Amino acid sequence: MAAKRHDWSWRSRATRGLIYQVLAVAAITAVIWFLAHNTLENMRVRGIQSGFGFFAQPAGFDIGESIFAFDSADPYWKAFLVGLSNTLRAAVVGIVLTTILGTLIGIGRLSRNFLVRNLCTAYVELFRNIPVLLQLLMWYFVLNEWLPPVSDALNPLPGIFLSKSGMAFPIPEWEHGHLVTIVGMALGIATAWFYRRRARAAFERTGVARPMLWPVLVFVAVGALLGWVAGGAPTALELPVRNDLNVSGGGAVTPEFLAVTIGLTIYTASFVAEIVRSGIQSVPWGQTEAAGALGLSRGQALKLVLLPQALRVIIPPLTNQYLNLTKNSSLAVAVGYPDLVSISNTTLNQTGRAVECITVIMAVYLTLSLVTAALMNWYNSRSAIKER
Amino acid sequence: MRKSNLQFIAASSLVIIGAAFAANAHAGKTLDAIKQRDQVVCGVNTGLAGFSAADSQGNWIGLDVDICKAIAAAVLGDAKKVKWVPLNAQQRFTALQSGEVDILSRNTTFTLTRDASLGLFMTAVTYYDGQGFIVAKKSKITSAKQLKNAEICVQSGTTTEKNLTDYFKSINVKMKPVVFEGFEASVKAFFAGRCQAYTTDASGLASIRNKEATKPDDYLILPELISKEPLGPMVRRGDDEWFTIVKWTIYALLEAEEYGLTQANVDQMKTSTEPPIQRILGTSEDTGKLLGLDKEWAYRSIKSVGNYGEIFERNVGPQSALKLPRGLNNLWNKGGLQYAPPIR
Repeated sequence: MAAKRHDWSWRSRATRGLIYQVLAVAAITAVIWFLAHNTLENMRVRGIQSGFGFFAQPAGFDIGESIFAFDSADPYWKAFLVGLSNTLRAAVVGIVLTTILGTLIGIGRLSRNFLVRNLCTAYVELFRNIPVLLQLLMWYFVLNEWLPPVSDALNPLPGIFLSKSGMAFPIPEWEHGHLVTIVGMALGIATAWFYRRRARAAFERTGVARPMLWPVLVFVAVGALLGWVAGGAPTALELPVRNDLNVSGGGAVTPEFLAVTIGLTIYTASFVAEIVRSGIQSVPWGQTEAAGALGLSRGQALKLVLLPQALRVIIPPLTNQYLNLTKNSSLAVAVGYPDLVSISNTTLNQTGRAVECITVIMAVYLTLSLVTAALMNWYNSRSAIKER
Repeated sequence: MRKSNLQFIAASSLVIIGAAFAANAHAGKTLDAIKQRDQVVCGVNTGLAGFSAADSQGNWIGLDVDICKAIAAAVLGDAKKVKWVPLNAQQRFTALQSGEVDILSRNTTFTLTRDASLGLFMTAVTYYDGQGFIVAKKSKITSAKQLKNAEICVQSGTTTEKNLTDYFKSINVKMKPVVFEGFEASVKAFFAGRCQAYTTDASGLASIRNKEATKPDDYLILPELISKEPLGPMVRRGDDEWFTIVKWTIYALLEAEEYGLTQANVDQMKTSTEPPIQRILGTSEDTGKLLGLDKEWAYRSIKSVGNYGEIFERNVGPQSALKLPRGLNNLWNKGGLQYAPPIR
């Protein structure tokens, strides 16, 4: 037997393939290097200073809303963190609300009720066909026109104030008792996990299905409740208070945040609705009939037969919508929400570092998108067909 | 406004791509390029009444606009040979750096950072301004010190954000900026009552109150000016010849006022025997030659837009819609700061 030797001749397909690939990589690298080098060179010639050193300098501007304390004496990189956290806050809240609203509308489009079905269709056609920036501006100006000035803020429920300055609401005052509540809840979750494992094992062994949903909820709720009682049942709330010029204390969200979240949620939900509807409709009717023939109840059929198949169709396009929502949140700057782009704009103008600021924005959105995609791919592989 | 986010990204990308591909710029070529295309490309504000705004016929008018017209008249002999490029606050520097405009005449504040690190040069101050606040009269606020915990609307991409923070820090009062990218969104939000105050340069406040408020009398401009805002045109670094032309055209407009040359009398004054007037109008020494222009450069500027005082009165002065007092912008010998080095 001759030893397996690589044939380096031109006639070998593998050799040619390798050469092409090396050439392609070299060409791409050369183009990138040329662009970067020439940019830096031209900036130097024109006397434009560059570099990321400015990130350590004090920002010198205040930011209207931030989930952690920020002072104008803090460095630029911290200002960027504030912007990033605001972007993430809008994106995460938006994704959760979009998923709920979109699923409801999508199921509503398949309803047997004439009114529900057509209202949901109208919703989808209306909101997915209007540019999202217009929708954001519309929600923002509607909120600003409708809400009263802060001096006579609406007080629909005790402790809740609604005005042009946003929505203020009570938040629990932090006490050590809350820590015990969290511990209790964690114990509840752990118990629920063990219960599920045992129930599943019992099902595999005996074929007798035990209820899965409500015991889990009960375990978690009882755990949290016991922890809360053990922690001394803290009930103190920090209530917002109305002053001359504004409402202070408690938790608060600004009209800018509301406009961005409402706008993005309502826009993206119209796409999610279509994805959910098409996903459900992609499962052939025969599957429902077969499940019925096997004696499964409607709920069981939905949970065990229809949803697992529908989810496989739903998840990949749903990922796209999550990515879109995150990227669209960069439009928030139009309605005055201090997101990453807004902070970057201000920084760019104060320091003149256009290339650096744009690079940071691009890198951050790329990272966010890749992380979201990775999470969704992981979930998708879990819900994909498992060939046994 | 709606497009401005995209425009901003586009402009920024443009400068990156431009910087990436452009061959290295050579010094001293701006004047040649202008003469060759027979047009001065002037970056102006997208719409700030009194400084640069397009009227209903699409003609650009304002103080910043007239400066560009004066330069076009000096260089090309015709004040109409200007291409107007409206720029928002973020686009303006990249547009000038990348060579998209020859001159940036867009109520831009001169600061050290801008002068030293952007590859740009400041020419001469055309308007001495200061940052102020406007509030609704019904809020009963009469001083900036009363804006405790107030929300203040401001447009991003300006020096105003930093001044705002510095000022409230110095008087130890907390406030919340609400930062908008677009001019229209920020102004609309203020007039809808989102913020208790709006801040920008005092000249801008007068412009906004006059143009954007449904009832200008319902709004009050607070007396405090919290910063120095010397506004004027900027040019690219590396072309000293062009820099000098822009600077001295502005000085010529100031000198014209000082020696009583107006749009109306400039033709008669050509027969004047006073040496300073003869030098400005090029009837004795040829000052234009030193600048690379002909000897009637300043005459044409004055003939087409008038002297500095006339430009001020026409666009922003007490007789105009903005009703701004001459104040610091008076000539040095009338109690103001406008002082032009001598043309000789």
